[in-house]
Amino acid sequence: MSLFFNQTTQLEGDIESLLDDISNAVMIFSEAIKNYLKDETEIFLKRMQDVKKLESDVDELRREIRYKLYTKMLIPESRGDMLSMLETIDDVIDTTEEVLIQFEIQKPKIPKILNKDVIELVEASCKAADFTVMAARSYIKNNDMINDYINKTYFFEHEADKVENRIKRKLFSTNEIVSDLAEKMHISKFVELIAKLSDDGQDVCERLSVATIKRSI
Amino acid sequence: MSLILIFLSSGLFLGWSLGANDAANIFGTAVGTKMLRFTTAAIVGSVFVIIGAVISGAGASHTLGKLGAVNAIAGSFTVAFSAAFTVFWMTKLKLPVSTSQAVVGAIIGWNFFAGKPTDASALTKIVTTWVVCPVLAAIFSFSLFFLIKFILKHSRISIIRHDSYTRIGLLFVGAFGAYSLGANNIANVMGVFIPVSPFPDINITSFITLSSVQLLFLLGAVAIAVGIFTYSKRVMMTVGNSIFKLSPTGAFIVVLSSSLVLFLFASSELQGWLVSHNLPGWPLVPVSSSQAVVGAVLGIGLAKSGRNIDFSVIGKIGMGWIATPVISGALSFVFLFIMQNLFMQPVFA
Repeated sequence: MSLFFNQTTQLEGDIESLLDDISNAVMIFSEAIKNYLKDETEIFLKRMQDVKKLESDVDELRREIRYKLYTKMLIPESRGDMLSMLETIDDVIDTTEEVLIQFEIQKPKIPKILNKDVIELVEASCKAADFTVMAARSYIKNNDMINDYINKTYFFEHEADKVENRIKRKLFSTNEIVSDLAEKMHISKFVELIAKLSDDGQDVCERLSVATIKRSI
Repeated sequence: MSLILIFLSSGLFLGWSLGANDAANIFGTAVGTKMLRFTTAAIVGSVFVIIGAVISGAGASHTLGKLGAVNAIAGSFTVAFSAAFTVFWMTKLKLPVSTSQAVVGAIIGWNFFAGKPTDASALTKIVTTWVVCPVLAAIFSFSLFFLIKFILKHSRISIIRHDSYTRIGLLFVGAFGAYSLGANNIANVMGVFIPVSPFPDINITSFITLSSVQLLFLLGAVAIAVGIFTYSKRVMMTVGNSIFKLSPTGAFIVVLSSSLVLFLFASSELQGWLVSHNLPGWPLVPVSSSQAVVGAVLGIGLAKSGRNIDFSVIGKIGMGWIATPVISGALSFVFLFIMQNLFMQPVFA
């Protein structure tokens, strides 16, 4: 019996570590973009490596959790929901890594005049991702705050959408900021990539809402 | 001895069908949703059915005995056979049926055939209990629903821990349910054979003695266990996957509530304790575990605002209270006539 509870504690610990890693990656991501905008390339690259490391740790943890859920901890009713939540929340950290890698490869030229807006977008997206991690934690811990966090995620996802559109409007409404269409498209693509982080958060929360309803007695 | 075994066969068949059907009330959701392995459920179920029957089976049998003491083994065979046939036939016609109600009808059929009076107070007690059983199960599950909801809200355990506790909880209430089922329903299986039990008392050690009745119950309980192992898996899969779509915690509440009801109506120790403390005792009567489960599921349904409840099941249960004993009683009368006049066996003394 104690072995059974040890395994439970271990699994709880693994899931906690996974969520901690995602939360850290989101914070580092936000700082990395700010470093990029300030042309602090070295720090940016260092942060990108940190996110890569966290992403591979999360992949490893996710595999372990999946193995434990299926082989040792049989919780059939919530096992499917839990796994699908873990798979979708993994998209959040994947996006942070992917966006940073693309920044490093493509080196988009973001005009200084847009920095404030881009930082606002990064912050809204990261807040949405942060509240997603909190919602996931609440789901695992079975506490009442989950709906609050889900609502906040939706709010910041909506905010991110608004800022994303504002930046695009600024870009395409005039040729004063950027004149080349290819460059406009390029910057626009990166704005979409940053906003994708909040969309990933929203996807996780939609699954969490259903899973929470299913868990009522 | 072989003739005796032939006569006991109808009781053993009743036991087998009880194991095949009623074990699913206890372990259905747990096994159907793969929270427990069937083998684990079957072993725990069988062991506890046997313990319950041998240790606590006497109380409810005593009330059945008061209703009518079938005093010839061919009569006992026919009464049990009529009940088994009624259960089999009504199940085939997909009508709600309970072994307890079939057995009572068959005993009354014997009373009529043998010209013995039916004890009205025993009959009233039994019928009242049938009505009380699902109602009480509903009250238990309704209350337990809110209690467990309160505990879960305030204990702040993680879903993983919650699920682990639920799995272990389902195993424990399953064991309790099997014990209560054995204690309460062995009277249906072997009750009519008590006055004609062919077994002597056996001393296993100087401390443990199995009485003739306990040996009879042991045999009946083994038949129930065989029913669990050979046929209940199919029923469990049906219960777990289609009829009652319950969450694991909901299943825990349902099994606990219905087991408590079965236990209350079987435990002479509890009754003795209540009476000795000047509290109202209740009759020890074999009740239907299926109806207790239906009552418990309705209780949860009511606790969850009463939507999505199919109230026609209540009507079906009510119909079962009347139809089952009437059909079984009539069959018992006809079969006793055949046994006496065609097979030339004395069916009463």
